[in-house]
This record gives sequence, structure tokens and C-alpha cells, in this order.
Amino acid sequence: MTKKNRWLLPEGIEEILPPHAAQVESLCRSILDLFNVWGYELVMPPLIEYLDSLLTGTGEDLDLQTFKITDQLSGRSMGLRADMTPQVARIDAHILKSEFPTRLCYLGTVVHTRPGGHGGTRAPLQVGAELHGHAGVESDAEILCLMLKTLQLTGLNNIHVDLGHVGIYRGLVKDLNLSAEQESMLFDALQRKAKAELKEMLAEWSLSSDIAEMILSLNDLNGDISVLDEARHCLAAAGEEVLACIDELEKIAVLAIRQIKDAPLYFDLAELRGYHYYTGFTFAAYLPGQGQGIAFGGRYDDVGAAFGRARPATGFSTDVKTIFSLSKQPEKTSSAIFASYSEVPGLSEAVQRLREQGEIVIFELPGQTGTAKEMNCDRQLQLKEGKWQVVSL
Amino acid sequence: MSDNITIAVSKGRILEQSLPLLAKLGIHPEEDPNSSRKLIFATSEPNIRLIIIRATDVPTYVEYGAADIGIAGKDVLMEYDGDGLYEPLDLGICKCRLSLAGPKQAQNSNGRLRIATKYVKTTRDYFATQGKQVEIIKLYGSMELAPVLGLADLIVDLVESGNTLKANGMVELEKIVDISSRLVVNKAAMKMKQSLIKPLITRLADIL
Repeated sequence: MTKKNRWLLPEGIEEILPPHAAQVESLCRSILDLFNVWGYELVMPPLIEYLDSLLTGTGEDLDLQTFKITDQLSGRSMGLRADMTPQVARIDAHILKSEFPTRLCYLGTVVHTRPGGHGGTRAPLQVGAELHGHAGVESDAEILCLMLKTLQLTGLNNIHVDLGHVGIYRGLVKDLNLSAEQESMLFDALQRKAKAELKEMLAEWSLSSDIAEMILSLNDLNGDISVLDEARHCLAAAGEEVLACIDELEKIAVLAIRQIKDAPLYFDLAELRGYHYYTGFTFAAYLPGQGQGIAFGGRYDDVGAAFGRARPATGFSTDVKTIFSLSKQPEKTSSAIFASYSEVPGLSEAVQRLREQGEIVIFELPGQTGTAKEMNCDRQLQLKEGKWQVVSL
Repeated sequence: MSDNITIAVSKGRILEQSLPLLAKLGIHPEEDPNSSRKLIFATSEPNIRLIIIRATDVPTYVEYGAADIGIAGKDVLMEYDGDGLYEPLDLGICKCRLSLAGPKQAQNSNGRLRIATKYVKTTRDYFATQGKQVEIIKLYGSMELAPVLGLADLIVDLVESGNTLKANGMVELEKIVDISSRLVVNKAAMKMKQSLIKPLITRLADIL
């Protein structure tokens, strides 16, 4: 690297500068305050830990996304966290060991080996909430509502939330005895809603036409709540298990709408993001013009099994930097007081009083350049009739 | 914004063969994109506009939502990294095939085969499934020249009639995959502009 580009940051790594950094921090605080009043307790998982525990139960996706290094003390592989959810699962399963429902939340930077999502970042500021120890639709609805409330904090409107259930697709393909390769091809085509390819594939593998029809119909099963009735009709032959998943989706939506009346809930039964990881209900929030979702969540039961204790779990997470950049935060006008340099007694007391009231007070340093205005102040502390007074500029 | 639709199409063959399809849906650009240097065209449908971009940029515009819908060759989509697009229709236009081709008199190369191509990812995947390790040389055009001048042993390129190959003393060796143009749709647009996009897809599917 030459001197010329020593300032350059790696691709996908960014810094947040004034005034945005303070705004992001304030958004973080209001999110954590929201989680707090919902009863979610903050945990601070480590930035780095053994790879074994980071990658447990999360499949290949996270493995590729994780930066790896060797621990010089133990010789074991360590990873920089690429997702905090498994860490929280570890904490719930092995450290807290509560027999009751546990509500945990977290906020921190995670690091990805490859850029992705909005703005191609490799260091999202992940915030999320997890509810461990309850298997019913009520906890799913709680997490869904908490995500909606979180997004509301940012002032984002036009949000669109898609609900899905991996149990539906799983139930359909389970008896097909597809090879791993075939299954991944089918999955891929379904994710692209590539109907023509799907048809070709299903014909080529000469699957029973009932099941082929049902898999094809998944493609079109998206839209508002009326889709669920359509699904019950199209997938009637798929068996109890699949129909139970559809009922579950409906119950969750009804529960969520009871709490948030105008919740923008829709359904997409072919959407299988995180399929290898989630075990039931899943959801994703979208914004117009953004090809990728901005917040994701769902149920991932038994992820703690690898840590010695399987518990039902549901949760969601989002990237604060993404939702911040998409939201329109009002530009704050600077409001600060400039305290001119002076050796007259009483100045530091006056400054202290103002600071205790929450005012920003900036001391002028002897010999400095820059006027009060140039230092982004709108008022000045001046000695008038023997008293230090705030004068607007 | 949510009641407007932007359709991205690439200049050249895809544009030529897409316009008749759009015309059947009653979508006519206000002037002929083939002879204009403009990049954005209003159409006879007041809420639909057409943008003309490079073929390889179509998936990018659509994934990031700069366009809601795009028409792109399967060759471009296979090369495009990312799963952020819906691909609901095979339009069956601009049909051709992606093939491996080489000189009539194949030279026996010692060691790794060198393949010149614009389609690096697809070529690597293709040879990987055959268990062959090859060296890929990325070129942006005139692939047929590479074996003639000894830059590469073989090429992977689109073949329609085979005339260009023949004119340069080459033959088609293996077909890798059939290519046609697909309709791609931005994921969020498919969800949020459903009332506009779904009927469009259904009508297109009907006339194909």
C-alpha cells in the first residue's frame, strides 16, 4: 500500500461520522429502551469466540460468512461473530439455564466475510430480540409485534411484512426422496419463483403429479390473508402437518393484528429465507425499492441442543445502520454555547450550571482559530454587568 | 412512486424482440428506442416507463430496485451473483445456446486447458461438474479470436447460427445450456406493487 491510499478502509467497512453517529446511537438507545419495557434483558456476547460454538446449528451459510483466526493460547479456531443469535442461544442453553421463558436482547457489530444486503456492508450493527422457552404462536406473535414496533421507531412507513412457514415446503418435499442436489435445485428455483424451470424439473424427475402441482402452487401463494384459504384449498392433499402450519400462520397474524391494528402483514408460502436454520414460522420486512429485506425473524427451535439443552426459541434481528440510512431522521440544528476564553472568576461555575441543565458548552481555547459560529455554536456565554450570561448570536 | 413501473431492457436483440411482446400488452414507447439516444422512454401507458441499459446491468438495476422489472438473458442471470431476484417467466425470445467451441484441428494442449470467455462463473461451474480444472481467461468480446491467436485453447460463448464460429474456423463442441430471455422482478416490487405487476405477468404468460 502506498502512502497515497493509507486512509482507505477495506471494502464494506465503514465509519459513522457526526452528526449521524449521534443519531445512530440515539436510535440504538430508543430500540433498547423499547426492548426493556417489553421485558427483554440485554446481553453482551463476546466479539470473538471458538468457532465450534459460533457455527453450531446454523449450517453452511454462517460458516462462509465468518472470519476465522487461530487462538494462539489454545491452538483452536476462533471466529469473529457473524450473527449474534447463536451466541444468545448458547447463553440461554448453557449459562442462564432458566426453566421459564427467557427474553433476551442484544446490540453489537457483527462482521461478515462478504458484503451483502443494503449498501454492501461487511459490518452490520445487529440488534435483535429472542424469546426462549415457549413453543406457541403467542411468542411468535410477540416477536413479530416487537419487530414492527422497532421499525416504527425509525419512522419508516410503507413497510411490508411477509409471513411464511418452512413447515409447508418441508412437509411437501419430505416424502419425495429427492437427492440433496435435486432438493437444492428445487429450492433455488422456488426462491426465484422461476415457474418455467420448476415445471421442467418436476416433469423431468417424474414426481407424482399431485405433489408437483402442490409445489408449483406455492409459487402463486402470496398476498394478503385470503391466500391462506387458497392455500388450504390447493394443499388440501398435503396432509395434516402442512395444514397445521397454515393454521399456525393465521393464528399468529390474528394475534399480531390484535396488538397492532394496521400491521402490514402479508403471506408468501414460497419464501424460504433461512430455511436450513428456521424450524417453523418465519417473517421478513421489506421496504419499497429495496430488493432485500431489512429485518428478519422466525422460529428456530432446539438450536440450543448442541449446547446441552434444547429449548423452543423465536426471535428477530435487523441492522441498525441499514434502517437508519433508510429512515428520514430530521436534521438536528446545532445548539451549543461557546464560552469565550477568560480568566475572570465565575466562568467555570457558570459553565457547570449550564452543563447540568443539559446544555452543550464548548470552551474556547487560548490562541485557537474559529469563531463561535464556526465552532457550530448558536449562543455565546458573555460577561454582562459582572454576570456570565448566555447571548444568542 | 408505488403506482409507477420501470422496465429495464438492454439494447440490441433483446430490445428488438421485447418490443413486440410489450406491444401486445399495449405498451408502446413514445419514440423508437432503437434510433433514439435517450435512455428513459415514457410509454403509451402513463405509469410505465422503459429504460435502456447494458445487458449485464439489468439484474443489478432490478435487484436494487432502480427498475421494478427487467428482461435479461439467462446467460447474464447465470453469471450474476446473488439470489435477490424473482424470475417468474421464460419469455422464449432471443433463443440461443451457451456452448464450448474450439478450432477444427484441436491442438493437444499439455496441462490445463485455457478457456476464453465472457462467462467466467458459468464456465467454471460447468468444468467443475465435469471434474476438470481449467484456466479461465476473461475477455469482453471477440472470443473467436483467442484460439486463433493462441491466447486460449477453447472458448465458451453464445452460439445462435454458428456462422461466426465457422467464419473463424471453429466448431461447436458441446452445448452447455439453452439460453432465452427471462422476465426478472424486484422482490420488494413484486410484493408491494402486486396489483400492477401480477396482472402484467399473467398477461405476458398468456401471450407467450
